[in-house]
Amino acid sequence: MLLAVLSVFAAAAVAPLVVRLSRKAAGWILATVPLGAFVFFIRQAGHVTHDGPLRESTPWFPAYDLPLTFYLDGLSLLFALLVTGIGTLIVVYAGGYLKHSDELGRFYVQLLSFMGAMLGLVLADNAIVFFIFFELTSLTSYLLIGFYHNEEDSRQAARKALVVTGAGGLALMAGLILLYQVTGTWEFSEMLAMGDTVVQSPLYVGIFILVCAGAFTKSAQFPFHFWLPAAMAGPTPVSAYLHSATMVKAGVFILARMHPVLGGTELWTTTLVAFGGFTMLMTAWLALRYTDLKQILAYTTTMVLGLLTMLLGVGTEEAIAAMVTFTLVHALYKGALFMLAGNIDHETGTRDLKELGGLRSAMPITMIGGLAAALSMSGIPPFFGFIGKEITYEAALHAGGWSTLILGASVLANAALVASGLLVGLKPFIGEIKGAFTREPHEAPLSMYLGPCVLGGLGLAIGLYPAFVDHSLLQSAQAGILQEPHELHLALWHGVNPALIASLITFAIGFAIYYGWERLQKSAVMGGFGRALGDAPGDGFERLLYELGRSSHTITRAFQTGQFRRYLLLIFTGTIVMVGGALLFEANLSWPSELGEVRYYEAALAGLVVLSALAAVRANDRFVAILALSIGGYSVALLYLLFGAPDLAMTQFSVETLTLILLVIVLIHLPNIDGYEPITSRVRDAVVAVGVGAIVTTVAFAALSFPLDRSVSEFMMQNSYTEAQGSNIVNVILVDFRGLDTMGEIIVLTMAALGVFVLMRMRRIRLPEILGTRLHSDDEPIRVDGDGETVPAGAEAGGAADQNGAEVHPDEPAGAEEAAPDDQSTS
Amino acid sequence: MIRSLILQIATRLLVPILLLFSIFMLLRGHNLPGGGFVGGLVAASAFVLYSLAVGVDGARRVLRLAPRTLLGTGLACSVGAGILSLATGASFLQSLWVKVPLPGLSDPLKLGSTLIFDIGVMFVVVGTVLLMVFSVEDRVPGLIDD
Amino acid sequence: MELILAVVSGTLFAASFYLLLRRNLLRFVIGIIILGNAVNLLIFTMGRLTREVPPVIPYGQKVIEGAYANPLPQALILTAIVISFGLLAFTLVLVYRNYTVSRTIDADRLTASEPEQDVDLHTQKKRLPA
Repeated sequence: MLLAVLSVFAAAAVAPLVVRLSRKAAGWILATVPLGAFVFFIRQAGHVTHDGPLRESTPWFPAYDLPLTFYLDGLSLLFALLVTGIGTLIVVYAGGYLKHSDELGRFYVQLLSFMGAMLGLVLADNAIVFFIFFELTSLTSYLLIGFYHNEEDSRQAARKALVVTGAGGLALMAGLILLYQVTGTWEFSEMLAMGDTVVQSPLYVGIFILVCAGAFTKSAQFPFHFWLPAAMAGPTPVSAYLHSATMVKAGVFILARMHPVLGGTELWTTTLVAFGGFTMLMTAWLALRYTDLKQILAYTTTMVLGLLTMLLGVGTEEAIAAMVTFTLVHALYKGALFMLAGNIDHETGTRDLKELGGLRSAMPITMIGGLAAALSMSGIPPFFGFIGKEITYEAALHAGGWSTLILGASVLANAALVASGLLVGLKPFIGEIKGAFTREPHEAPLSMYLGPCVLGGLGLAIGLYPAFVDHSLLQSAQAGILQEPHELHLALWHGVNPALIASLITFAIGFAIYYGWERLQKSAVMGGFGRALGDAPGDGFERLLYELGRSSHTITRAFQTGQFRRYLLLIFTGTIVMVGGALLFEANLSWPSELGEVRYYEAALAGLVVLSALAAVRANDRFVAILALSIGGYSVALLYLLFGAPDLAMTQFSVETLTLILLVIVLIHLPNIDGYEPITSRVRDAVVAVGVGAIVTTVAFAALSFPLDRSVSEFMMQNSYTEAQGSNIVNVILVDFRGLDTMGEIIVLTMAALGVFVLMRMRRIRLPEILGTRLHSDDEPIRVDGDGETVPAGAEAGGAADQNGAEVHPDEPAGAEEAAPDDQSTS
Repeated sequence: MIRSLILQIATRLLVPILLLFSIFMLLRGHNLPGGGFVGGLVAASAFVLYSLAVGVDGARRVLRLAPRTLLGTGLACSVGAGILSLATGASFLQSLWVKVPLPGLSDPLKLGSTLIFDIGVMFVVVGTVLLMVFSVEDRVPGLIDD
Repeated sequence: MELILAVVSGTLFAASFYLLLRRNLLRFVIGIIILGNAVNLLIFTMGRLTREVPPVIPYGQKVIEGAYANPLPQALILTAIVISFGLLAFTLVLVYRNYTVSRTIDADRLTASEPEQDVDLHTQKKRLPA
């Protein structure tokens, strides 16, 4: 199993290479990997259904006692088959759909990474491993939804999905940790038998709420349903795969996985039935608001997720049977229908029902595959969807106290589903060709109709011959959820029973909606309902994000005024408060008692250093300041010399000289130091500066009161000559003991030199718009020519660097300045 | 360029002495005060002085190598000294020593990979200072006009 | 003597920080230079002072007998001096280049990278997702 997961990730890694080798065949080649995994899981199926679950453990982080454990029971087998099977078709499909995209390679990397994550998620036994894969699906789906990253809508939808599912993931993690505290194990397979312990634990309610938060966000249950329709901004293969068959099912999957552990209580039933049922009913009808095929499909997806959640809540044997059956039904038809929508979009340029019609002759194969899926979705016999609906109604009828309500909601929701199915799968093909399409409609290539046809065909085949799956796959999935084996038998014809009658009512309402659809769309009730429940949560979320951003902006602005003097002042004040506070309250300061030996020339030099610094502070003429600085610097050099540091003295002398030269050359071209500042700010700064100085001195005193540990110096002295063949210990430290540090330092020097070089070399600096308003810059940006010679603008390429947010355009004709002022980001 | 005859003549005398002194500083650095940093600063000072007296272009001609080349050479020397150690099986930057007995001297001449490293440091320091000072002198009009 | 140099270093810190807080960028540059000396002097003092005995092993010996100046802070400071020069040169050139563009050496006008007006965060348009 580990190999299956890893092979998918490996395929993701080589995908760009494959795309580069053959753009046309890339989809087919890459599809072999999930196909192989699919075959692998098929081969395991017999084992799992007969002999029970498989478990596999590989050491991963032994230090943290975290193994990679995988667990294959009926439930994970069902999902693994869906992930790999539909995944195979999607990979092929994407090859056709994104044939002309330059970023097919990137797409495959993301898609296959997602597939690997999803596969890991359904197979994981260890809760931590599960969580890692769970988050990985959130991350990769973020990339996939935002695949068209230069579109605002895509980015926003991606962010929405990431924030919602990411936040839910965190809640889930907390829930899993609590679960660990109760059960004492991270392995799901061991938790499964401990349901009683968990349910009786005082933490049960907390665990339940947190797990539900994770599941509901991932599976787009009310009130988090808004992210899924928005996620349709991604490419259609993504919608077909993530938002029908896999990712959104992760929430349902974790609920199903947790059913033996957390299920069976009043809380579980009430919550899941209420949220699932409400989501189901609401989104089924919201789907009818839209004319965009993908939007309709997205809302019907949340409807099915609601249904599955509700069935898990009911939790009876029949309900779970219905849940696993419907999972398969839905995955088959929804994958096909999204691909159908993609084909129509791809071949006609639109997927708006208002513009679509009469495509039956242009796209016959797509129509056959899509229609089969649509009829399955509408639950029309003999398709598999009919069986799924019947068994759902059976489960609803025997759901106990709430059965009437559940049945009523199911019938109403399914009726809307019937209509939606016909709208998506039938309406685009019948009638007359309406408007002029942007492209001449024609049949999609094999890679793109293969998926719908296979999935649609399977829907029909299983409907006609349900024994193909019921005793094997679905029964063991049911057993995986319930933790006890039951007979699961599916059949098309159950005789005339209440479920059949409910089905007939469903069809009646469904067809009525289909024919009255356009009138329904225009009705005020539908509009109000859609705004209140469809748009409001998403808008509220956006509002929340916006307010969060704005308030954090306000808080940041309070501290970060954009003036670095303010930052420095804050830092200095913070130093005084914190270090000073620590000195006052924490440190047990003992002052050095004696001054030690002081020679008069040393004291004089020290005084000179202080005086020169004060002179530099007071100086109103830049050259006076430079002079004072130099005196101070040379005095420091002399101090080094007096206290046994000739190396330092020589270095300081040389550097002091070079500094002097550099200062004189540059400062002569800058205005004098004359800026008058109000006395208040000067006093304030002086107080802060003296405060920090006093703190430094105090810390130094405190440090001096402790004996110095010279063991390192002693070691270097001992080994300098014997080991490193050098008598000058300072030099030996620099080039030998700490040679790597010196190497770092010369690299820093090199960078500083190159920085100066580039700054002086760059020839024209274009200021952002924002600067232009606040600076006295001339209309024409200032230019500094290269190499001391005047070169016509645009003839020479200079260096480019960033300076205070100013942008540098080395070789652009002067006229281009005004022409393209907004290709830069300033914030 | 500062048009002063005295400075120009003095420079012609001083620069060779300073350069010689810088090499002396570099070589004795391992055993006595000195080393690559000091040597580099002294050598750089010599060229800066020359550029003040004769002009940047003149200094460039005398230097022959571009400061950037010095930077690269210096870094290459330093890294090379480290790699040399690696090549002989020692760890990165571990010092290697060769003792060459010299006729007439009691002590053998000790040559170490640290010398290569120190030469690299010196080159980088010279390159840094000269790249900075030259590019500033190039660009800043007025005081120094070639 | 350590105490005196500690006070000297503290004074240099105070002078430097005062200059760093000035509006005039030239004063800022001067502050940077003083800061380098302040830090170096502090490190030097913290390693304790030893008069006139450099950390050089006398010819013919393998180790230094008796007291010697602490080589460790010296090695630190030696590179720090050169690096300070690099920093100074870079700062100086930055100020100069900024001056050639904006014709100001007033620190309070350097707000381009963090403009004062609020950035409009709410730029999305309401459209049907594509």
